Amino acid sequence: MSKMKLVIVGNGMVGHRYIEDLVEKTDVSEMDITVFCEEPRVAYDRVHLSSYFSHHTADELSLVKEGFYEKHGINMLIGERAININREKQVVYSSTGREIQYDKLILATGSFPFVPPIKGNESKDCFVYRTIEDLKAIEATAKKSKSGVVIGGGLLGLEAAGALKALGVTTHVVEFAPKLMAEQLDQAGGNQLRQKIERMGVNVHTSKNTLEIVPEGKEARNVMRFADGTELETDFIVFSAGIRPQDKLARQMGLGIAPRGGIEINNNCQTTDENIYAIGECASWNRTFYGLVAPGYKMATVAVDHIVGNDSQFEGADMSAKLKLLGVKVGSIGDANGRTPGCKSYVYQNEEQEVYKRLIVSEDNKKLLGAVMVGDTSDYGDLLQLMLNEIDLPEHPDTLILPAHAGAEKPTLGADSLPESAVICSCFDVTKGKIAQAVAEGHHTIGDIKAVTGAGTGCGGCIPLVTSVLNAELAKAGVEVKNDVCEHFAYSRQELFHLIRIEEIKTFDELLEKYGKGYGCEVCKPLAGSILASCWGEHILKPELVKLHDTNDNFLGNMQKDGTYSVIPRMAGGEVTPQALSVLADVAAEYNLYTKITGAQRIGLFGAQKDDLPAIWKKLVAAGYETGQAYAKALRMAKTCVGSTWCRYGVQDSVGLGVMIENRYKGIRTPHKMKFGVSGCTRECAEAQGKDLGIIATDAGWNMYVCGNGGMKPRHADLLASDLDQETLIKYIDRFMMFYIRTAAPLQRTSVWMENLEGGVDYLREVIVDNKLGINDQLEADVANLVGNFACEWTDTINDEAQLKRFAHFINADERDDNVVFVTDGREQHRPATYTEKNPEAKGDILHVELV
Amino acid sequence: MAFTKICKIEDIIPGTGVCALVNGEQVAVFRPSKDEEVLAISNTDPFFQSNVLSRGLIVEHQGELWVASPLKKQRFNLTTGVCMEDEQFSVKAYKARVTKGSVEIAA
Repeated sequence: MSKMKLVIVGNGMVGHRYIEDLVEKTDVSEMDITVFCEEPRVAYDRVHLSSYFSHHTADELSLVKEGFYEKHGINMLIGERAININREKQVVYSSTGREIQYDKLILATGSFPFVPPIKGNESKDCFVYRTIEDLKAIEATAKKSKSGVVIGGGLLGLEAAGALKALGVTTHVVEFAPKLMAEQLDQAGGNQLRQKIERMGVNVHTSKNTLEIVPEGKEARNVMRFADGTELETDFIVFSAGIRPQDKLARQMGLGIAPRGGIEINNNCQTTDENIYAIGECASWNRTFYGLVAPGYKMATVAVDHIVGNDSQFEGADMSAKLKLLGVKVGSIGDANGRTPGCKSYVYQNEEQEVYKRLIVSEDNKKLLGAVMVGDTSDYGDLLQLMLNEIDLPEHPDTLILPAHAGAEKPTLGADSLPESAVICSCFDVTKGKIAQAVAEGHHTIGDIKAVTGAGTGCGGCIPLVTSVLNAELAKAGVEVKNDVCEHFAYSRQELFHLIRIEEIKTFDELLEKYGKGYGCEVCKPLAGSILASCWGEHILKPELVKLHDTNDNFLGNMQKDGTYSVIPRMAGGEVTPQALSVLADVAAEYNLYTKITGAQRIGLFGAQKDDLPAIWKKLVAAGYETGQAYAKALRMAKTCVGSTWCRYGVQDSVGLGVMIENRYKGIRTPHKMKFGVSGCTRECAEAQGKDLGIIATDAGWNMYVCGNGGMKPRHADLLASDLDQETLIKYIDRFMMFYIRTAAPLQRTSVWMENLEGGVDYLREVIVDNKLGINDQLEADVANLVGNFACEWTDTINDEAQLKRFAHFINADERDDNVVFVTDGREQHRPATYTEKNPEAKGDILHVELV
Repeated sequence: MAFTKICKIEDIIPGTGVCALVNGEQVAVFRPSKDEEVLAISNTDPFFQSNVLSRGLIVEHQGELWVASPLKKQRFNLTTGVCMEDEQFSVKAYKARVTKGSVEIAA
């Protein structure tokens, strides 16, 4: 049997999802797959397009894992367009003259921005907002401009306005309708949104019909003239007045086209030609085309299912949305404008906090038809489920949107009340049933559920609901959610932390006697050691604490495979003087240490024998070095770029800040190691977004990112707060560090901690910025205490005769470990000898065969 | 099998281990608590063939005492030398005692 030939035209978000889904559901090596990608890069996240301006690399927006297409043998034609299709011969003709045969053809051509027929709309100062190329052009023009206008006050228009604001130009939004977001909001909601946006410095002009754009401005390059006789001067204009399905190719080949545009499709996403499918924004189902990504993803799944023989149908999509535009939370569910005959409304408006909420309910007061939320979208998840699953409303539906202080208890939507088919995560179409199944298969943490089902990894709005489904399923299955650290303590790390703190417990023996049982183990002993250090800043080498620590902490170095240790002095912010460097070189030469730059912008000396460590450090301390704590679960270092003191591009002194924060937080014991990064401008040369704490300079101050990670499971840090002054930044870091110390599980990096934090970065922001838990004074005081107690562990050790005794290899002999042997081969420095190099006669031993 | 005196009991910090050279063999000697009680096994981690076990954490599992290797945390029984993760990698155990304040090992 010959391979099935599949051609996919379009590599946007939906086109790419189609391929991902296909790869998951079938063996694609049995197919010949060709993909046309007109843009110069593979699929990227158009939803978060405006973040291109803050992150500034196209790679970050990419949706395609490196090597994905190659790995699956998919023929990806980048920058190549399908220009014509012969349906009889089943051949696609490309812009480079290529001819490709197909058995099945998938059209995922997306949409194009609608540009209203305004005179002057072809000026070089006019732009659309759809691709990374569009953004690059806008950015280039913004650099020589003071003001910009976005035409269109809808979802995309406001997103574009946010981008213009980020580019630093005076921003205007011009909308034809009398309100913002006419599709999703009612008038009052639109007004509330307008008020908030205007306070942020974006000028909003509604009910404006633009007649012409002419290059006759006095203050700016252009002037816009409106039908009501008014004018607005601006340097450039961005059109974001909606989209139209890109159905040109389909029209050309004679496929059925819907009356309002878009390629007609049936419930299987087939066009009027059964061998051709259309998915995403280019398709029209039941005379409707969908300008959101979730329905497009659903179509991609259905089209894949139809080809591989699974049973699924596209039956329309819910257009509800929860977003954050220019920092304002907005939610819209179902019939937000109350157009259903006979419907009734409940309204809550709080002008003090600029919150507006409205419920639209059926005539009989039983079902939710729609909702509008501006300023507070915390009820979104529950309301959406009530609407989608047609769940009966409580007796007084207004209790659903009233704040807690209004007195009435808010009815909570229990996970049990939802049917199995309820879609919990609409970004990835994950049902309650799918989550329940994952739980049954043994995935018992929110992090696991996210990883296996994808739920909550899109917009993240459903996380609270996913969590409650998870907990309900666990309870049903009789699984007790146990967070016990180990068999010796029936408490979670967070509970132990509070017990130690509140009862002022200072030793492991006291803790064990009061709250534990048995002797202790490799989990609870270092854990207790870490908490005691975090709480009381006690010296980790106090005799009664020594037994708690791993060897790394006891001998203040990282043990290597042959039992020798690394020596890594602190070079705060990566700074080191030539004088200090020469001492380091002398010490390395004297003690025969392998020397290497580490991944943390400092220098590591390797192969130090335990009994040499005190002498080595004595010399380093005398030269002004102190311990780098490279052995500790603590703040390691702050990686910095050169910053504004030297760099042509730097806007702030990143090295100065890096040195300061490294010195402030050094030595504080944390649940796992922590790394900081500080970049002096948006180019991000310090890779701060891959660090536990990342700080990036802006013109106005510092952006603070948290919970990133490189390593095994890379994670981009989340933006916690923007444009902070240094004093506020330090306060936020204090709170962040101590909150992490208090609440993380044992050996849990900040990235995993964040993945498991209910409410995610929004919750963390409420704690750190809004003081939701009321503990910020405490957190800051705790940090201040630890900062005040800092002492270099190596300086203390070399000055304490009693400590030095522990460093000898044998307690009863002066010899050293004769098993530590080095060889030099290939490169210029030595390395530990392998077992067979040390024992040539042992070559036949199967346990120790060296893999060459 | 003769016992060799290696050090005073107070030379070992309670809850930790030390390494002793006995008849040319490296022996890891552990003092689990402040009591005058010691246990001894080989100092060599068989997974790495490195002499490090005396620097591991003393831990309790299944009602018995073990040392967790400081390299990759495999556990070795302090009385028998059996490796919990894989018995093929068990190590030699030594007789150990405290006599009149002196720690003695038989190797």
